[in-house]
Amino acid sequence: MVKVVKTRVEIEGEVHEETVVVEQDEPKAWEAGREFGIVGKPLNRVDGRERVTGAAKYTYDIHPAGLLYAAVLRSPHPHARVTRLDTSRAEKLPGVRAVLSRANALDISWHSGVSKLFGDEVRFAGEEIAAVAADDLDTARDAIKLIEVEYELLPFVTDLEEAAKPGAPLVHPEGNILKDDDDREGEVYTRGDIDKGFKSADVIVERTYRTPTAMQNSFETHGAVAMWEGDELTIWESTQSVFGVRGRVASVLKMPVSKVRVISEYMGGGFGSKGGTSKYSIIAALFSKATGRPVKLMLDRREENLLAGNRGATVQKLRIGAKRDGTLTAIDLEALYGIGAYGTWTAVVSGPAQELYKCANVRSNTLGVRVNLGTHSAFRAPGYVEGIFALESAVDELCDKLGKDPVEFRRKNHADKDQAADSRYTSKHLLACYDKVLELAGIEDALPAKQSLAGEGHWRRGVGIASQTWGGGGGPPAHALVRINPDGTVEVMSGTQDIGTGTKTALSQIVAEELGVHIESVQFRLGDTQKGPYAPASWGSMTMPSVGPAVRGAAADARQQLLEIASYFMEVPTKNLHIADGAITIEGRQESSRTIKELLSEIGEYMITGKGFRGPNPTQPIRTWGAQIAEVEVNVETGEVRVVRVVAVHDVGRVINPKGLSSQFYGGILQGMGFGLTEERIVDERTGIVLNANLQDYKIPTIADVPEMLVQGLDVPDTEANHIGSKGAGEPPIIPTAAAIANAIYNAVGVRVEEIPVTRRRMLEALRTIDDGRWTMDDRR
Amino acid sequence: MLAQSSEAATRHDMNITVNGEVYSVRIPSRRTLLDLLRDELHLTGAKKVCDMGHCGACTVLRDGVPILSCLTLAIASDGESITTVEGLAGPDGELSPLQQAFIDCDGLQCGFCTPGQLMSATALLAENSAPTEEEIRHYMAGNLCRCGAYKGIVEAIQQAAGSEQ
Repeated sequence: MVKVVKTRVEIEGEVHEETVVVEQDEPKAWEAGREFGIVGKPLNRVDGRERVTGAAKYTYDIHPAGLLYAAVLRSPHPHARVTRLDTSRAEKLPGVRAVLSRANALDISWHSGVSKLFGDEVRFAGEEIAAVAADDLDTARDAIKLIEVEYELLPFVTDLEEAAKPGAPLVHPEGNILKDDDDREGEVYTRGDIDKGFKSADVIVERTYRTPTAMQNSFETHGAVAMWEGDELTIWESTQSVFGVRGRVASVLKMPVSKVRVISEYMGGGFGSKGGTSKYSIIAALFSKATGRPVKLMLDRREENLLAGNRGATVQKLRIGAKRDGTLTAIDLEALYGIGAYGTWTAVVSGPAQELYKCANVRSNTLGVRVNLGTHSAFRAPGYVEGIFALESAVDELCDKLGKDPVEFRRKNHADKDQAADSRYTSKHLLACYDKVLELAGIEDALPAKQSLAGEGHWRRGVGIASQTWGGGGGPPAHALVRINPDGTVEVMSGTQDIGTGTKTALSQIVAEELGVHIESVQFRLGDTQKGPYAPASWGSMTMPSVGPAVRGAAADARQQLLEIASYFMEVPTKNLHIADGAITIEGRQESSRTIKELLSEIGEYMITGKGFRGPNPTQPIRTWGAQIAEVEVNVETGEVRVVRVVAVHDVGRVINPKGLSSQFYGGILQGMGFGLTEERIVDERTGIVLNANLQDYKIPTIADVPEMLVQGLDVPDTEANHIGSKGAGEPPIIPTAAAIANAIYNAVGVRVEEIPVTRRRMLEALRTIDDGRWTMDDRR
Repeated sequence: MLAQSSEAATRHDMNITVNGEVYSVRIPSRRTLLDLLRDELHLTGAKKVCDMGHCGACTVLRDGVPILSCLTLAIASDGESITTVEGLAGPDGELSPLQQAFIDCDGLQCGFCTPGQLMSATALLAENSAPTEEEIRHYMAGNLCRCGAYKGIVEAIQQAAGSEQ
């Protein structure tokens, strides 16, 4: 019998109440200190062979017979009204099979009703005007050029701060500041008395920090292949959420969800922007319906950068104060966050200000601001990467003014509980992270004093630290099935995704561990709405803590059934039976051992089916923690910053696969480094055009930029969070890197760079502000 | 199927050897080698990431030399011999030392850049059987990876170089 309960689930800083169906008893939590055979081992990826041989089929590689290719005509203007549209020349081009535009497409509302699939008014350069399906991509692109469009140009604004000013050109008629359902602007949070807090402070740091619009550049661009067979639609999509796409496509096309199948077996990178459903899937589906043929619509690299989502820029006015003894007394944050043309939510930039430190007086306000550019999306720890950069930069400066060691300050202001929720956490080992990160960095007590490290020539060395908090607790709903075949092989089915994080491997380890079988006998089916029950989107660092318990539950259920079957044939109670290495043995009688295959052969074609689900969350907040130490070299002649080393320790609960976890940490650090040093969208404000929508001019880290990296998961299970004891790990490692680098720069040269990325220009401009007689322009020859 | 395309007048017959197999194809003059491999020969290992020669994901070997197939017209490879990632494993599917090393060292995450990384690394080891870390970083710098698997890639190339000595 099922029961229905309510529980709280936090996703990327926002808490939702979920109603969850509890199907059965959940397994008991794996206790701390438990010895495992497979969990916790650094196993290779179970699908490594497919990924190194070209056998892995990504959405981009799907090629059903008769495939057509689609291309999209996009607005070249940042804000315009379409006054005339003529597709007749395109339609006549040989090889063109169908053309879609506002003239003939279904009247599909988009962007929460603000616009349509092909709107009359376009609000960023890159917005969809019309689309063509043709026999090959070259022909589709030729046809796009034959479409005649006339535009009435409208005033536009692309700069975040300009857009927030009264009188700025309006992106939407309702205004440029995002309003909530109650028509209120901003996300205001207060605790204590902020004025009192600053009055009691002996030292105050007040700065305005700026972070860039960062473009995700997943290597597989966003896109889909759509194919109708009868009244059923199959969509291959490069997505972080097969069930999310299924629901949205069914709703837009007014179909029952049972008629829509979404597949994403291999996915070429997703950092948050592939969590939604975009126009390309609908356009491909409409073309396929119209032509009776499968249709592929993949974005190209430029389109990917213009419209596939980004980390919104921020401007953060931050003021923090502390007493001379280092007690933090007040934090005040006023943030602008760029949501692009059609954003409907604001990243929780204020999360760190509210949660990271013990502080009685906190005020924050984040305004979501519309600009005439591509809409923002989640991007690996949205809001927190930006918020931590500002907060941890300010804290570092405060420590310097107070003469306090940055780690000592952090220990002193450690928050023992969630101050917003007034509750303890299920687990928090941030202090242990500080100990471990110092140990790995070889720092015995305090960090080196500012400008105390020797450098060579024009190079100065510095070390900086920053910490991290983030959710990552996951939650229901998430489901899985485990099937034991008559030959003893095991199939796991869950509608989750492996977007490159290695979840397929780690989840397979959990199943193999629970069942007592070799991992080679486990086949994991994911990324297909027809091959498994519901699992959530791969975002919010929630796959392992959500789907992990579900697959373990399914394996435990299958195991129990297997034991009961074995009990009948082996004529002993189940409690005397033991499963290991794919064989069942009566305790103490090794000769009794029978393989699962031998045993199941007794009952013909019978398949065991185990069912598992993710139960409700505890009432206490679940959070991940961590700290990173960066070591940099700054060239005071050229402004170049080199990251020499990053040491990272994160509390993400039990580690299922340390090899995969390390890869997540390395990748997070490198993306954080890009965010801190090289990555920013550059827009020509006179034309509203993005100037670096490609991988040459938008600079992601290369192999030549990789610093030495020492990483470690603390590996303390959180037995209250869920019964596998793991918290999410995908997002935590990107969060503190840029801040740690900025603090290391300050440590090296004694000047703060308040705007990232710290390009050479910004570094040189900051160095010029120093007037201590050492590094004036004249001396720099 | 392409007969109706606007390029119908400028199609060319060509022969190309890919992973040891000879293909005779008739292609428009503007068809890139990458599109020929992926869309017509259905060898989808080489990936289209930037289509502008910026990222290296489309790298294949032409007579052993790494080239960017997205910047190479297919017709320019008439009569040439191409190796793609599908051609790296042995006849019975045994992985090359480099492929195995990429798995062992987790030199990949999403795997989308991996075919290009493997082709560049294969060429590197053919040119220099014992590269230093610095040489690896220099040679591989044109192969970008957004997931940040670079550390594993360096280690994998070192492992494969060691195993072949």
